[in-house]
Amino acid sequence: MASSSVAIEVIGLCKTYDNFTAVKDLSLNVQSGEIFGLLGPNGAGKSTTLRILITTLKPTSGRATILGHDVVTEADTVRQLIGYVPQERAIDRFLTGREHLLLLGDLYHLPKEEAVKRIQELLKLVDLEDHADRVAKTYSGGMKRKLDIACGLLPNPKILFLDEPTLGLDVQSRLNVWDYVRRLRDQGMTIVMTTNYLDEADQLCDRIAIIDEGQIRITGSPKELKAGLGGDGISLTLGDADPAVCARLVEEIEKLPFIRSIRTHGQGLDIRVDAPEKALPALFEATSQVGCRLDGIEYHRPRLDDVFVTYTGHSIDDQSTSLTSDTAG
Amino acid sequence: MQNQIQEVLALTNRWVKRLSREKFSMLFTLVQPMLFWLIFFGSLFQRAADVQLVQAPNYISFLAAGVVVMTVLNNGLAGGVDLLFDKENGFLERLMATPIRRSSVILSRFLFVMAITAMQILVILGVAFLFDVRPETGFLGIAVILFIGMLFGVGLTSISMAMAFSVKSHGDFFSVLGFLSLPMIFLSSALVPLSAMPGWMQTLAWLNPMTWVIDAVRPLILTGWEAAIPQILIAVVVLLVFDALCLYGGAKAFKKTVG
Repeated sequence: MASSSVAIEVIGLCKTYDNFTAVKDLSLNVQSGEIFGLLGPNGAGKSTTLRILITTLKPTSGRATILGHDVVTEADTVRQLIGYVPQERAIDRFLTGREHLLLLGDLYHLPKEEAVKRIQELLKLVDLEDHADRVAKTYSGGMKRKLDIACGLLPNPKILFLDEPTLGLDVQSRLNVWDYVRRLRDQGMTIVMTTNYLDEADQLCDRIAIIDEGQIRITGSPKELKAGLGGDGISLTLGDADPAVCARLVEEIEKLPFIRSIRTHGQGLDIRVDAPEKALPALFEATSQVGCRLDGIEYHRPRLDDVFVTYTGHSIDDQSTSLTSDTAG
Repeated sequence: MQNQIQEVLALTNRWVKRLSREKFSMLFTLVQPMLFWLIFFGSLFQRAADVQLVQAPNYISFLAAGVVVMTVLNNGLAGGVDLLFDKENGFLERLMATPIRRSSVILSRFLFVMAITAMQILVILGVAFLFDVRPETGFLGIAVILFIGMLFGVGLTSISMAMAFSVKSHGDFFSVLGFLSLPMIFLSSALVPLSAMPGWMQTLAWLNPMTWVIDAVRPLILTGWEAAIPQILIAVVVLLVFDALCLYGGAKAFKKTVG
């Protein structure tokens, strides 16, 4: 397990459709043996990027290599090296779980005996042994997802790609998926996944790239990104809507020593502070001094949400319904 | 080569499994054409049709060739539907992310549609047999009917797959399908001979490859080799051109979708 070697290299990747740019000038590196997450709202370009990497979509310009092999000119070699777990709907309702795997076994030309043995192991791994011979339309969402993962693992890939692996799953199935993914990483597999769940990116991924409007805003481990923001967050909800009072309060707070930044919004203030134990009492004092009514106060450690807002200028949910990504995404 | 055969067989096997598990769909696929067209239509127009005009002992025997080719038409035009669904739900993408030859998916579909169509043709001829329609050219004639049917089916299935790959939604696909299939039938020699049509319809029917196919199949059932052979030769030439065009269009649409 060479921990520092590059598994995937993407340089200046662009994908444009007739009148729409899905991905513009995107570059990134994925290290061997890490869980790399592409985080962004729907329509941000993460699925497009993923599709280019799995060779089912050709980039307009730029290049990407998987373990040194170009995804366009050496697509066939790349396909031998990767496994792909699409979103849950990509299952044939009329085939049983085992039949899905047998079909893929033939498509990867696994020797028959090896395929049968491997399929049994995989079914056991994802805990589907008891349901392997039922048609997939009787499966629950979580079971379909398990089958998807088994399908992605069948070729024993070097790199596994997962597209929104926990979309629409219940909590337990979600935790199971996370658990599988971590185990695979621990066995040395490189994993690339897309997600629009902040908590998933935070807890599961070793490194993430935040994608918005087809571009990468920042890349790093969730920890680094959060630490990079500097300081903890305190949100004040103000009962007094008078802008003059608000402005006076901001002025007062700015004078305090442990304040890093202040952002005003409709309901109050978002403040980043260095030493919360000193900042909190000082903030209380400032509000009462100015005569501002305080309706609520919330203190939190830096969150990925804050990272997202800082680098994209909006929260991840803002656009989720404004773009129809069905056909283009 | 051996690898590709394995891929095509595995994918074809999937189509067969799907069909066998959709019992209703299978029943309708097999029964509908002969029930509706051959039996109902054939019986309905038995008296209305002029035996002199259709040049056949009865209308059902005239209609048999038409129903055989209509089956090829319907199966062919619907041949891309499953790929359309695969495209929409992402299964196609899953297949395309595997190291298979891109053509294997297409070939499996041809193989499946052709096999189903051949079976249906045999069932239709069997039902026609019950109505006393005995193909004049015997088993060899039936083999030729299957061959011509397949040749026509390849082009039609290509059109259907091309549409499946290029349409934006399956609503579009089915609209076009519905729009295509009936005119193709009425503007052909399936239901009446060209000589019974008004002039403008004759012209359109003459341009319809389906007419040429039916005109080759019909003498194989009604009259015998002597009348059939020149018609078969013409039909084969027409179909080779037709297939070449359809395959070209299909390949283009496929390339655009999956690269």
